[in-house]
Amino acid sequence: MNILHYWRAMWGIIGRELWRFVTQRERFISALVRPLIWLFVFAAGFRAALGLAITPPYETYILYEVYITPGLLGMIQLFNGMQSSLSMVYDREMGSMRILLVSPLPRWFLLLSKLLAGTGVSIVQAYVFLGIARAYEIEAPWQGYLWVLPALVLSGLMLGALGLLLSSFIKQLENFAGVMNFVIFPMFFMSTALYPLWKLQESSELLKNLAQYNPFSQAVELIRFALYGQFNQAAFIYTLCAFIIFMTAAIVGYNPSKGMMARKGGAGG
Amino acid sequence: MSEKIALAIDDLSFSYGGKKALDKVAFSIRSGECTILLGPNGAGKSTLFALITHLYDTHQGHIELCGFDVKQHTRKALARLGVVFQQTTLDMDLSVVQNLTYHAALHGMSGKLAMQRIQKELEQLNMYDRRNEKVRQLNGGHRRRVEIARALLHKPEVLLLDEPTVGLDVPSRQSIVDYVHHLAANENMAVLWASHLIDEIYPDDHLVVLHKGQVKANGTVDEVLQLTNSTLIKDAFYQLTQGEQA
Repeated sequence: MNILHYWRAMWGIIGRELWRFVTQRERFISALVRPLIWLFVFAAGFRAALGLAITPPYETYILYEVYITPGLLGMIQLFNGMQSSLSMVYDREMGSMRILLVSPLPRWFLLLSKLLAGTGVSIVQAYVFLGIARAYEIEAPWQGYLWVLPALVLSGLMLGALGLLLSSFIKQLENFAGVMNFVIFPMFFMSTALYPLWKLQESSELLKNLAQYNPFSQAVELIRFALYGQFNQAAFIYTLCAFIIFMTAAIVGYNPSKGMMARKGGAGG
Repeated sequence: MSEKIALAIDDLSFSYGGKKALDKVAFSIRSGECTILLGPNGAGKSTLFALITHLYDTHQGHIELCGFDVKQHTRKALARLGVVFQQTTLDMDLSVVQNLTYHAALHGMSGKLAMQRIQKELEQLNMYDRRNEKVRQLNGGHRRRVEIARALLHKPEVLLLDEPTVGLDVPSRQSIVDYVHHLAANENMAVLWASHLIDEIYPDDHLVVLHKGQVKANGTVDEVLQLTNSTLIKDAFYQLTQGEQA
């Protein structure tokens, strides 16, 4: 077993995931349509209703579309993480996951490679979205497009790890709708993706606290600051810690001796 | 057939919650030997396979693959194992060659070596001309052949097949049965083939009859026939499984 083996296996997993993404054109389009509808329809409609004070990292008054763009980048990654989770459950039900799990590599490495592959896919989507937004004159400083890359990597890893963790708990594909209702929607709406904290605080202190400690909010803030060339240290540490916790729990979840895999029955013969 | 023990299972038990799926299972397979694991549905065959491949963890008993304990030296053991699962495990949206390349990457093969092995294995199974087709376009028999080619890519010493011929027509079944027996005889591979189809057994096969999680018989076809005072495997199997259908 050597480093070359790990390298080849990792690229095998990433290459397979990217190829699947490229060939599944519907998946690519639907992944883009969702945030674009939010940007062009929802944000345009709410532009007049929501007045935004100057809040960091913005140095001037901004349009609502500008505020919501980092949140929509987070949304792309959140949905992509869940899509990966869905495909893990599907792969497990269909059996193709077994080929991955019986390969002679540590399970943490296999899961991490899967996660990197999913994150890579989400970053491609995020940049295509940023390109379309720029054409629509929602512009960030040029260097922001570079700075946002490491932020997207970390937020993608964190949200992907959450997806992995959930997939270790979900027994059947049918249960996935529950994840949508109980994880994705609360996470997205109780966050700073759509409205700033102070705006939430005006309506409810509890809601503000929930949004503040929601890891998705922290990922969105990390992206927001990076897009304007700034480093949000608190958001970085929070997102990193959330990633480590989710990933560790996912590895335990997929460990045949400790996690959910051990409790899943269903052998045929 | 050599004397080398390729797979050794000792005192293996496993439960789902309170329900015992395997109870003190013990048998071994030598290199070059084709062992048919015969048992009705629910006998514990797939559970046994999940334990050998370390999809489930062993809590009681031991499994050794080519001298490596599956629990202690999982990766070394898995590197020597080729598996064809009961359910198809191919990616339907990828081509035959893409599926095989993915498996080769997981086993750390270089691109050049992978392509050489893919060509060899697909040619052996008359599938090389169809290498660029999507798996979705192949029929059940051809998909199984691709899965066997994939399981052999990294030159395993032990090959596990979990009811690989279920749902196939007679010619497809026969060609797979013949090919796997050829692998054991000519490539010195240890084969463990789970089945409930009696006509897949060759006269010189090793036979393990599993019923309700317990090994009811373990030996050559002749030994099992003697044990049950039968002349036909069908009758022996019927007797050992107390009348349950195969």
